[in-house]
Formats: sequence, structure tokens, C-alpha cells
Amino acid sequence: MSGETPRVVLETENVTRILPLTVPVTLVHGISFSVTAGEFVSITGPSGSGKSSLLYLLGLLDAPTKGRVIVEGQDTSLLDRDELAQFRLAHLGFVFQFHFLLPEFTILDNVTIPIKRLGGLSEKAAKDRGMELLEDLEIGDQALKHPDQLSGGQRQRVAIARALGNAPTLILADEPTGNLDTKNSDIVCDIFVRLAKEQGTTIIAVTHDVEFAEAADRNVHLVDGAIARDGPYQRT
Amino acid sequence: MFRWVNIQIALAHLTHRRRQTLVSVLGVALGVGFFIATSAMMQGSEQDLTDKLINSQPHVTIKDEFRNPSVQPLFQVYDEGAVSLKGVKPRERLRGIKDYKGKVEQIERQEGTIASAVLTGQVIVRYGGKDRSVSILGVDPDKEVELTTIEEDMIEGDMAALKTTSDGIVIGTGLSKRLQLQVGDLASVVSPTGLVVRMKIVGIFRAGNVLLDEGRAYVLLKDAQVLMNKPNIADQIRIRLPDPNEAMEIAARIEQRWTYRTESWQEVNEDFLSLFVVRNVVLYSIVSAIMVVASFGIFNIISTVVMEKRRDIAILMSMGFRAYDIRQIFLLQGIALGVIGMVIGWGVGYGLVEALGSIKFELEGFYDDSRLPLDRGFYQYVIGAVFALSSSIVAAWIPAHRASRVRPVEIIRGAA
Repeated sequence: MSGETPRVVLETENVTRILPLTVPVTLVHGISFSVTAGEFVSITGPSGSGKSSLLYLLGLLDAPTKGRVIVEGQDTSLLDRDELAQFRLAHLGFVFQFHFLLPEFTILDNVTIPIKRLGGLSEKAAKDRGMELLEDLEIGDQALKHPDQLSGGQRQRVAIARALGNAPTLILADEPTGNLDTKNSDIVCDIFVRLAKEQGTTIIAVTHDVEFAEAADRNVHLVDGAIARDGPYQRT
Repeated sequence: MFRWVNIQIALAHLTHRRRQTLVSVLGVALGVGFFIATSAMMQGSEQDLTDKLINSQPHVTIKDEFRNPSVQPLFQVYDEGAVSLKGVKPRERLRGIKDYKGKVEQIERQEGTIASAVLTGQVIVRYGGKDRSVSILGVDPDKEVELTTIEEDMIEGDMAALKTTSDGIVIGTGLSKRLQLQVGDLASVVSPTGLVVRMKIVGIFRAGNVLLDEGRAYVLLKDAQVLMNKPNIADQIRIRLPDPNEAMEIAARIEQRWTYRTESWQEVNEDFLSLFVVRNVVLYSIVSAIMVVASFGIFNIISTVVMEKRRDIAILMSMGFRAYDIRQIFLLQGIALGVIGMVIGWGVGYGLVEALGSIKFELEGFYDDSRLPLDRGFYQYVIGAVFALSSSIVAAWIPAHRASRVRPVEIIRGAA
């Protein structure tokens, strides 16, 4: 070990999200924690405990009612809507329970869309980068097919490849194995472990999958919108 | 600027819904096509009518009358009305333009301008026991052929024959038919003073205007002066200008200088010209209505795409696409539908115009041409394009704006 302090990629300070309904609903409250580079963190908790709500706050898709989310040293509360979008494009990657691939496009096109949107690469270079990612996830031979021609596991791998397109420092995943069978869940889980260990990508994933949660370096367990436990995963 | 990736997504949405895209494109294409065809007819007939108006008559006419009656000496002295007289009768005077020859010379000093003194009057043409009232024009035939299209309108004989034939007269085809007069026939012409002159038909014209063809005749100026008993008098000076569009300005200048009422061709045909305005309002109202219907087609397809693609919009926004990008994607779809519809519409319009141009009509009266007068001008295609694109953009803007306001977290949460 070098003894260097690991770089903090994400930090939350007393993050609270209250839905302003007739009777206000608190989704999460007082969340404070930090995640360092290359860390694989699972977020678990019973249904309605605020796991996905927290993930959307960390992914800058939602704004906290109180508190701050700091990503790569940037206080995101200071950014406007367009700046947040640009920040997500350059620094974050999302994987959802459902693959959300665009049906009109081929697999390769789906992967290259965020790369093209960020810009800086030619059409060919963007496609080369997309192929590289697909081959890395062992679905390069499916590149010219459309999403409806792939299995659920393959689609989810495409979604991971798309999330990795702009080499984000932080991948946020919401139940990435939720729709997969055991075999495909294991494959996706292995991909996340490999990304964190070999490529130093920081991963925060919400999951109900015990195997997946155990594979993570660290587990944040939520109960009623607050952190109940933060450390190695413990089976309950 | 449009991003290439946004263009790719927009085109993918359209090509994925081919049937609805085709219907929307056809809506725009038919709108543009019918506009071009209708406009070609309307503008063509307007142009044709205007050309006839400009060419068949002088551009400016000086008349031996005044716009406002002259002020009586009484009122020049007592203008405030301290004294009032009743039964004042204006002095009778022999009408005519003073020194008309001098005025014609002065006007013709302007390069390219032709002026001719004319004496007008009403006569009765009598032949074979039938009478017709005719408006007679005493003209200089050489000048008249330069001033108007009368020579082109001659179907028998010519204007020059007025100079070579004693007591010659040129009549319209309508009068010729009514009285069954032929070239060479002698008709009796009765003047308002009761003078009867036997005049020889030396030419027959067809102006394409029933009023002129039945009710106008040309004689030499001196013959008219004899008929009307107005020796050395002309009551009009008719002027042709190098640029007919300057007629109003020049007429005003002449009237200001010589005080005689001076009318431009626009003033004489004010009723006709105002009709064109009404026709154009009707035309553009119809086209606007067609394009509004076409716009609803575009609005419908893009609204449907936006509704169906809410999840895709959310995922694009979660990736980092800005609201501006989303708006652009859907606006581009509207523009693409408008552009494709416009290009097809140009083809449809061109085809319709050519088809209309090939139809023969047997019309009598003002439009006596055998084919419809059509304006094949490029600007109609431009106006059609402006209509198509603007209506497409407006139709696409509303759903595009709505798409840009999607909150991705709400959609993703709902879809999970």
C-alpha cells in the first residue's frame, strides 16, 4: 500500500429529500457519507426505505430539499439544470433495472449516443470506442442487432457499456440485476467487480440481490430514509 | 446549431413510424402543392389583367376637367360668408385643353414618353336599321398604336387605314356583330349636334373586353372635331410612360402644374386593383387554412412520439442530454416533415400548374384566351416553402417544448 489517502469521489452532507405533497413525505433524511475512488458500494434496505430516491439524488437526477451532494469536489447545488446535465454526461453513468435501450437504434448506436453527445470524437472514433466496450463485455458480436433481438442479460450488458461510454468516474446502478436470472445476475455482478477492481471505477448500486450486495466492498443499509448501517454487508 | 446525434435520433423516430410520417408529409405536400397551383392561377390572372389594363390604355390621361369646381368670384371676395347669393349659375365655357399641341410637345420631351391629344364623344352608329350608341375617340393613328395594344387587337384592317381613307372608322368586333358590319361597309354616324356622316369601316378590333368591343370606335382626330363641332379642340391628352409604375407620381406632378384632372392607370382601375387585394386575402386565407390542417397532422405525430418516447426522453436526460437537446430532437422532426413535405409539395404544385396550363377553355369576355393565364414564378414556391416550414416549426414547437420539460426521475421511477 502506498499509504496515500484515497480520493473522495462523492460526498453527501446531511442530504434530505421531502416530497412537497399535501402531507409532505420524507424520502431520505440526514444522509451523510462519502465514497472514494474505485469503491464498490451497495445500498440495501427494505422496500420504501429510500434507496432509489437516494441514488437519484446522488446521480443528480433529483435535488435535495436540504443538504449538499458533492461529486468530484463540485458542490452540485451550485449548478443549474443544463450544467447538471453536462456534469452527468461527463462524470456519471447510469444503469437501471430495466435496460432502457432506444429501440430504433442498433446496439452499437445505443452505446455511442452519449459518446457522440459529449463530443470530441469523430463518428468513427465514437464507434470504435463503442465496439471496444461491447467486446470488453463480450457482446461485440451483437453490435449491429437491435435491442429486441437480445436476451435480458445481453441488454443489461449493453446498458452497462452505454454507461461506461464517456469513462465516468462514478457508475450509479438501480437494481441492475433485478430483472435477470441467476446466471446473468452473476455475469453483471462480475462486470461491476471487475470495473471497480481493475479499472478503478467507483460504483454505487442499489440492490435487493444478496449475492450482489456481498460482492460489493461496502454496504450502506437504509431504514426509513436514514442510514441504519454502513460497513461490510451483513446478512439479516 | 443542430447536433448530429440529435439529428440521428430525430430521423430514427420518423423512420420508425413510416405510415404516420407519410401522412403528415402528404398533408404538408398537398398544402404546398395546392397553394402553388392556386397562387399560379390567381397571380397569373392578376398579372394578365394588369398587363391588359396597362397596355390597352394610356398610363396617364389628362382630362379637360378639374377635381374641384373653380371658386366663384363672389366667394373669392367674401369667403367668410358675410354676403350670400342664391341662384349663381357658373359661366358656360367651351371645354377642351388649352394649347393641347404645346402640352403634347412638352410632355414628349421626356425620353421614351409618348403623348397624343384625343377628342372623345358619344355618337350613334346606324346600319341596316339598327342603332348603337358608341363612344368615339378621335386619335392620331400613329400615336395610338404606340400608346395602346390596338394594333395587336386588330382582327381585320389596321389603324393606318384611318389616314388613307376619307371618313374612315375602326370599330370593335362586338359592334361589328351587333350591326353586322364588315370592313368596307358604310355606316351612318350621327353626332350629338345632329350631323350625320357616312363613314367607312376600315378596321375591326377585338380587345377582349365586351364594353370596348361593343362600345368604342376610333376615327381621326380632325374627323372627331368635325363630328363634335369642336374645331381645334382636344379634351384628353393620353400619355404612355417608359415605366408604368411611375404613372401615379407623374400624374400628380402634371395635375399640380396644369391643374387639369390627370389620372394614372392605377386611379382609373382602382376598383379592379382593390379586387386583387381581396382576392389575395382570400387566397392566403385558404392556404393558411390548408396549412393549419397540415400543421395539426405534424402536431399530432410529434405529440404522439413525445408521449410514447417519454421513457427514452428520460433516459437521454439522465445520460446528460439537456432540455435544449430534447427540444431540438422534436423540433427537428417537425422541420424534417416540413422540408420533405415542402419538396414533394413543389413537385405536386409544378405538376398541377402544368396540368392546368394544358387545359383549353372557351371563354368570352375579358379572358378570351384559350388557356388559363398562369404565373409560373419562383416566388410562389418560396412563399409555399415559408408557409410549410413556419407551420411545421410552430406545430412541432409545442410538443417539443413539452418534451424538454420531462422530469427524468419521475419517468424512471414510474417505469421501474
